[in-house]
Amino acid sequence: MDQKPMNFWERMYFPAIFQGMAITFKHMFKKKETIFYPEVEREFSENWRGLHSLKRDELGRERCTACGLCALSCPAEAITMIASERQKGEEHLYREEKYAAVYEINMLRCIFCGLCEEACPKEAIYLDGPIVPADYLRKDFIYGKDKLLEDPIASDLTLNI
Amino acid sequence: MELAFVLEKFILITVIFLVSLGVAAYSTLAERKIAGYLQDRVGPNRAGPGGMFQPLADGLKMFMKEEIIPTDSNKFLFIAGPSLALLTACIGSAVIPWGPNIILGGKTIALQVADINVGVLYIFGVVSLGVYGLMIGGWASNNKFSLMGAVRAASQSISYEIPMGLSLIALLLVTNTLSLKEIVEQQHGGNWNIIYQPLGFIIFLVCSFAETNRTPFDLPECETELVGGYHTEYSGFKMGAFMFAEYLNMFVASAVMSTLYFGGYNYPGIDWVSNLVGPIIGPLIAMAVLFAKIFAFIFFFMWVRWTVPRFRYDQLMNLGWKVLIPLAIANIVISGIVITVYDKFF
Repeated sequence: MDQKPMNFWERMYFPAIFQGMAITFKHMFKKKETIFYPEVEREFSENWRGLHSLKRDELGRERCTACGLCALSCPAEAITMIASERQKGEEHLYREEKYAAVYEINMLRCIFCGLCEEACPKEAIYLDGPIVPADYLRKDFIYGKDKLLEDPIASDLTLNI
Repeated sequence: MELAFVLEKFILITVIFLVSLGVAAYSTLAERKIAGYLQDRVGPNRAGPGGMFQPLADGLKMFMKEEIIPTDSNKFLFIAGPSLALLTACIGSAVIPWGPNIILGGKTIALQVADINVGVLYIFGVVSLGVYGLMIGGWASNNKFSLMGAVRAASQSISYEIPMGLSLIALLLVTNTLSLKEIVEQQHGGNWNIIYQPLGFIIFLVCSFAETNRTPFDLPECETELVGGYHTEYSGFKMGAFMFAEYLNMFVASAVMSTLYFGGYNYPGIDWVSNLVGPIIGPLIAMAVLFAKIFAFIFFFMWVRWTVPRFRYDQLMNLGWKVLIPLAIANIVISGIVITVYDKFF
């Protein structure tokens, strides 16, 4: 490769150095790009896929019927569940006759592809949550229903049977 | 009288030692903050308000880390290296006059540890000793990269001490004395040496960048080529000592540059101010002015570090031997002629 020999000013280094230093000095007063993460969160795009949430219907009942399609569709095999039959008197808790007694997602395996929410016939799972927080132990990344399930809606809306 | 003298000096030394350690510690924070601001970030801000306690957290981390001494290293020299680096960095501040004499109850207190009449030579000697810590540490690690870093430190130090010394000779032609105290007194008010020796100052500035191993002359520890250079094998507090020595060197170099070329504690209107506020507050204000100059230089060091990329090794040698040394010699000749003509005819 041919390299053009430096002329006198370039050999002096100083003009170029002063130019560069002026540029960096200007940057000192520019607006900082930092987002102070735990306190401030970046605005997510509309199709952002974050932490999963198991949805309830308009009467506060769990929508999931433990069909297992989400686990089947999961390319990372992150979802496991144990199905159970709805007993008499539990109609206000579960919408369908079968429900997931245990529903676990391993957040270290999950790749947040969103295939589970596409597979779900009951619109029971959505990846609409925040960023999965950091933790110290691997076992703490297996999220059960206690962390995934949506908060129950106000009690006066729940169905009394 | 003798005891009072010893006590006075002891207190002065302790204060200067603690202040320079504090400045060095907070230079690490300042470096990271300035780096952040120059790169549109905010730098460390979690430990205490605005990151104020970050140096304490860093120091604690350094202490808590495992100290690894490589099996095939020379253990004595491995420990002696960082100790020597830290020692030589600390003793440099002994001859710097921090402020004018304070007259307290009829007694004159000099704000200088030792007013030796070869102060400039002392500084120069201590600065050249500084490289031994790096050389010994790099050699004792028994690691190729460390040795490369040590060799680079040595050759760079030798190459840049020559123009540094030559630029000082031109300065001494102006001042006619080697005592730092007298050099500062001659620059009373705004009569700073930078006016008489602008070229000498630029040479001295470039050389002090090289002597403190700061970017763009940080070849002894350049991460991209030599992992960590001379401190590749160091960990824990010994690594911290090397880093600390670098920041202390920067502080001393800034103090020397302020003293030699920027009037030390002098500022325009010093007489008027000290008449106004009395014989105790006046020197303290002068001292604050000196520290302001020092901090400005430290900021400059950091500003340059986060702007200018590292020189290639041949560029470093070219700049040292083919540019700075001829410039420094030309500076001596011109200064000599001008001073002779001035003395003869005016």
